Amino acid sequence: MRNLSDLFGRKNSASTAKERLRLVLIHDRSTLAPGAMEALRDELVEVISRHVEVDPGEVRLELTQEGRSQRLLADIPLKRRSEPVPDEY
Amino acid sequence: MSARVITITSGKGGVGKTTATANLSAALADLGYKVVCIDADIGLRNLDVVLGLENRIVYDLVDVVEGRCKLRQAMIRDKRLEELYLIPAAQTRDKNAISPKDMQRVCDELRPDFDFIIIDSPAGIERGFKNAIAPADEVIIVTNPEVSAVRDADRIIGLVEAEQKGPAKLIVNRLNDELIERGDMLAVADVLELLAVDLIGIIPEDQAVLVSTNRGAPIALEPKSRTGQAFRDVAKRLSGQEVAYAETNGTGGLFGRLSKLIRTGGS
Repeated sequence: MRNLSDLFGRKNSASTAKERLRLVLIHDRSTLAPGAMEALRDELVEVISRHVEVDPGEVRLELTQEGRSQRLLADIPLKRRSEPVPDEY
Repeated sequence: MSARVITITSGKGGVGKTTATANLSAALADLGYKVVCIDADIGLRNLDVVLGLENRIVYDLVDVVEGRCKLRQAMIRDKRLEELYLIPAAQTRDKNAISPKDMQRVCDELRPDFDFIIIDSPAGIERGFKNAIAPADEVIIVTNPEVSAVRDADRIIGLVEAEQKGPAKLIVNRLNDELIERGDMLAVADVLELLAVDLIGIIPEDQAVLVSTNRGAPIALEPKSRTGQAFRDVAKRLSGQEVAYAETNGTGGLFGRLSKLIRTGGS
């Protein structure tokens, strides 16, 4: 399967087609407009921040595929709590 | 007897729906089943020429629906196969001449007398497509290993699911071994991975299909043709037989990866 263009680092056109299709299909299947992801992320951060401290820059939101069903994955790292030094001593 | 109604559709035009309909119908009839195929592409009728029956049309599907003739009068018997019939589309009308309910009524009337009713859907996702899938028990999607055909197939698969006619099965048509080997055509395994549906047929790209269409004689009836064999294999799978996919071609990894995908159910 390996041919000259692979050796020179140029991907063959079939794998380019597959990669492009993968991305296109994720959006075709979703009722979520690409621009809406940003808004959703910001609102999520806002709601969660009311209860626990998060770092907005670290929040990741993405659409993934499992077979023909889609899943919205959010990765929201919590801010490390800065423990106050106990002052008994 | 109560026929299974199978609709052949694709979204994109020109991927081989009509050729697949003609050949599957012929192959099923050749296996001894009673088959009627319906051209649901009102206004762009073609199943008749592909089957070589264009000179025998008197009445069509719209005549049946509008009561100008009896269903039997619109059924054209194939010249080669006793048990194969065609109900042609009207050529001078459009998709709005019939409704999904009309299609259901016609199929219900045919069901007791046949084993299979095969419906050739028009391209697109509008009225014509809805007419074609309304009576379907099963749906077969035809696609080509090419970005626009795969994208449209994905859209159609979603619509078929939404209409609760799924899960659709896939025929990948016009595979070119040489291009796949060179890395310039999506392999069947790639298409299955992207679409996440079950496979029912792999049809090679073959100039002999053009020749058989020129003659109006389905290639599925040519015993020596490997493309004919690929269609006959689909017919056997439809009838419940397990038929292995032919080792037609290159890309050493293709069939290994493919059979793995099939074993895991393709999704």
